[in-house]
Amino acid sequence: MKSARDIARDVRNGTTTAEHELASSLAAIHAKNDELNVFLFVDEEGALDAARRVDARVARGDDVGALAGVPIALKDNLCQVGVPTTAGSRILKGWRPPYNATVIDRLLDAGAVPMGKTNMDEFAMGSSTETSAYGATRNPLDTSRVPGGSSGGSASAVAADMTTISLGSDTGGSIRQPAAFCGLVGVKPTYGLVSRYGLIAFASSLDQIGPFAKNVADAATLLETIAGHDPMDSTSLPEPAPSLVRHVDDGVAGQRVGVVRELFEGADGEVVAEVERATAALRDAGATIVELSLPELHLGLSAYYLIAPAEASSNLARYDGVRYGLRVDADDVAAMNEATRTAGFGAEVKRRIMLGTYALSAGYYDAYYGQALKVRTQLIDVFRRAYQEADLLLGATAPSVAFSIGEKTANPLAMYLSDVFTIPTNLAGDAAVSVPFGVGDTGLPVGVQLLGPGRSEARLLAAARVLEVADGRS
Amino acid sequence: MAKLARLTLSDAELDEFTEQLGQVLEHANDIAALDLEGVVATAHPFGLINVAREDVLRESLSRDEVLAMAPDAQDGRFAVPRIMGEAP
Amino acid sequence: MTLPDGWELVVGLEVHTELKTTTKMFCGCANAFGSEANTNVCPVCLGLPGSLPVLNVHAVDLAMAIGLALHSTIASSTFHRKNYFYPDMPKDFQISQYDLPINSGGYLDLPDGSRVTIERAHLEEDTGKSTHLGGSGRIHGAERSLVDYNRSGVPLVEIVSGPDIRSSDQARAYASELRGILIATGASDGRMEEGSMRIDANVSVRHPGDPLGTRCEIKNLNSLRSLHRAIDYEAQRQVELLEGGATVRQETRHWDENLGETSTMRTKEEAEDYRYFREPDLVDLIPDAAWQERIGAGLGAMPAERRATLVARLTSPTSAQLDALDVVVDLGVDELVLAAIDANIDPSLALARAANELAAAIDDVANLTEGAFIATLAMEQGGELSATQAKTVLLELLANGGDPRAIAAAKGFEQLSVDSLDETVADLIAHFPDEWVRYREGDEKLAQFFIGQVMKLTKGQANGKAVIDQLQRRR
Repeated sequence: MKSARDIARDVRNGTTTAEHELASSLAAIHAKNDELNVFLFVDEEGALDAARRVDARVARGDDVGALAGVPIALKDNLCQVGVPTTAGSRILKGWRPPYNATVIDRLLDAGAVPMGKTNMDEFAMGSSTETSAYGATRNPLDTSRVPGGSSGGSASAVAADMTTISLGSDTGGSIRQPAAFCGLVGVKPTYGLVSRYGLIAFASSLDQIGPFAKNVADAATLLETIAGHDPMDSTSLPEPAPSLVRHVDDGVAGQRVGVVRELFEGADGEVVAEVERATAALRDAGATIVELSLPELHLGLSAYYLIAPAEASSNLARYDGVRYGLRVDADDVAAMNEATRTAGFGAEVKRRIMLGTYALSAGYYDAYYGQALKVRTQLIDVFRRAYQEADLLLGATAPSVAFSIGEKTANPLAMYLSDVFTIPTNLAGDAAVSVPFGVGDTGLPVGVQLLGPGRSEARLLAAARVLEVADGRS
Repeated sequence: MAKLARLTLSDAELDEFTEQLGQVLEHANDIAALDLEGVVATAHPFGLINVAREDVLRESLSRDEVLAMAPDAQDGRFAVPRIMGEAP
Repeated sequence: MTLPDGWELVVGLEVHTELKTTTKMFCGCANAFGSEANTNVCPVCLGLPGSLPVLNVHAVDLAMAIGLALHSTIASSTFHRKNYFYPDMPKDFQISQYDLPINSGGYLDLPDGSRVTIERAHLEEDTGKSTHLGGSGRIHGAERSLVDYNRSGVPLVEIVSGPDIRSSDQARAYASELRGILIATGASDGRMEEGSMRIDANVSVRHPGDPLGTRCEIKNLNSLRSLHRAIDYEAQRQVELLEGGATVRQETRHWDENLGETSTMRTKEEAEDYRYFREPDLVDLIPDAAWQERIGAGLGAMPAERRATLVARLTSPTSAQLDALDVVVDLGVDELVLAAIDANIDPSLALARAANELAAAIDDVANLTEGAFIATLAMEQGGELSATQAKTVLLELLANGGDPRAIAAAKGFEQLSVDSLDETVADLIAHFPDEWVRYREGDEKLAQFFIGQVMKLTKGQANGKAVIDQLQRRR
């Protein structure tokens, strides 16, 4: 299978056309989407238009960009002009944004061809894509299992070879965990590296948009394309996009890798085994291994399940039936708000809104939300101290391989616990990559996680590349 | 709480949510119990401050685009059922 | 209005002013009054999914200018979300400032010498505007409402005074002085009738020395007159309640200008919990000393100082002069008057022309140069123009600019030559010998007689003072 970089190179040098690549992608989508429920909307018209523009630019001899003619799938919480964008919710059914997310403008400038919008947990709240109002997505590697969440659709699009790359979003692990479950490379960038303008917000201080790809070089190329300062996002880092592709083959010689016990403790045996094997692979490649214990990381889960719902409860207030989306009529506007939201939101979203409202309410703010913010500061310090002893950290991405559809839906708390290894990075605002490494007993892929301080993507991707090679995927 | 969030929950849902949230809050109580005197909440993880833009006009959306999204509109405005009560 | 004996009025005012920026607080839409509904909106100020706020630096500059003018402390500040549902709020939360406002403390000295403390002056965004259909056009009895988001996201500064105000007169004076300051800093246009400045009054009564009584908030007063009347009414209402043995209920009330009374706004079932938390989409605002100094350096004199400067130019100011002076400073034309006085124009004349003629065409005052103003008044003062003629020239200058002499010539305000005036007076003396003898012998009233005759003959073209000069010389 051609990689995204292969496609772009071939489009640029005339070996293939964007329209041709588009046709291949569409064929794969049409063949499998009914069964897998990956795409909520396939934008054939828009994709054809984009592909034709790229081909016209190539014909004119113009610069086309790093992703020339490469089909890409977009998580359905990314606003794209004129394309139905639902965030996996009934409350936005049929809504077409009048503006593009910044990342989409950057993709178009780079010649990418957006194929449509992929399924996700409703408003990104979930770890399996089962809370979507539009049905679950099936893991292409084993259709009885979940692809992970909340970016399950974007992960499946790549795992099913519908596209070579896709974009997801990660608030507590929603890129990394599906990447692990689907055998892909997934990156949660440093907070502020990628603009959130146009990303339908879940938890503003935690959300980041990031890439899915089958290999590290493609992930690096995609991340380079979307990253860099955006004046439309006040939290975006001031510098332009970092150079990542250039460093993918830097290796890890001389790097100190901290293996953090709390980042794999309690995981299934088959997962721990891969973390151990990855440790050995990094050591063989010249890294020094340091064993670390960061017990404070345990607090991350509780702090996250106060901070994220609190911000979400406020971010989702705007869905009130007044200006866009679903409206369920009533005699007065407050009753209309209530009827609309009750009909439009699913149970998980309601649960988190209630939890968040509670955490912020008078009398509870200090004990819950206020405390959680302080725990966050402590976690940042814990990481800062860890990064004095190590350049990168290593652990598992998820406690298990992909679980079965329906297995965890009865118990929300069990679902929440599956984010335990990914959440701390979001709280700290740091960067992390999940890279496929080995398979479990059932043949399903395992993902190992590399963590680094803010702005360390180059180093992380280089280490991920080492693991990719060691795992025989190069 | 549901009223504050403009949600109607049935009795069954209320019971279910109360139980589920109760479990989550047990964990939250770990947080509540910590002594974090003197620890300050972090604003931006990388210390960004003073991000602002110049007072320069940008293109607005066209009114047609805007009202096309509206569930109900009249006279160029968004229409809603009657508002009971003044703004707080 | 004074309260009955033994009662003291306690008032605190919250003034919201829209800032005179080109664009809104968090987006680049136009900050303009009177545009067609929903034409100045974008994803940010409409609260569309995925939109994010970016702070307008000019709004910060103006907020700091207000803080400096009110002697506040400017400090590091944060934005908070104030969460509540209302259809004119596109995000169903308002971005405001809570426990860390940009300006805290300060004071405002009033012309009567009293001082009102300022608690804080912070930044926040305005809401959209709703109109109500059916019923009386007010919210009660309406069947449906229509919302325009043009105003949503307009930058506001909210200025909160201490509970230091003790009368409706003082409240009006405070609001008026504050308005003058907001205009002088360039922060606001002060157009209360357009809603650029809105006042909420917190009113309570007590026996002097007692702790503060229960207060009621009267919201959205949009004229100084309403403010005054509403406070008087509310104070009276509360005193009557308490004297009758009842208690004052803490609530928000609405002032009806037509009925002349406050009434309870519909009470909610439970007190609103705004669940304030720090706005995660914005970063902290830390204005360093250099920034603050830049704002201070650009700040002109405030109304109190400008009034004092003018007063100092007057010897034994009359009350008419002082009244005119207040108007002149309020209108922002004091610099013109000062320049005129410094160019030896009679202060009363300069004040009168500014407080009347310039006031009538104040929106065009930029067309009038200092030189033109002074030249016109000098011509009037020197007898080349009558008062009527001078006013006409000024109005022409305000409308179209130009040169005063050229305008006078074009309008045929010929300077009546000394010779022809001489001749005219001589003729009159010959015609009215008896009157002339009585004038020469001291009957001053006849001066008016002769002036009147001269005016008749010259069709009002003669300058009164020049005629008097003639008469006195021939005496």
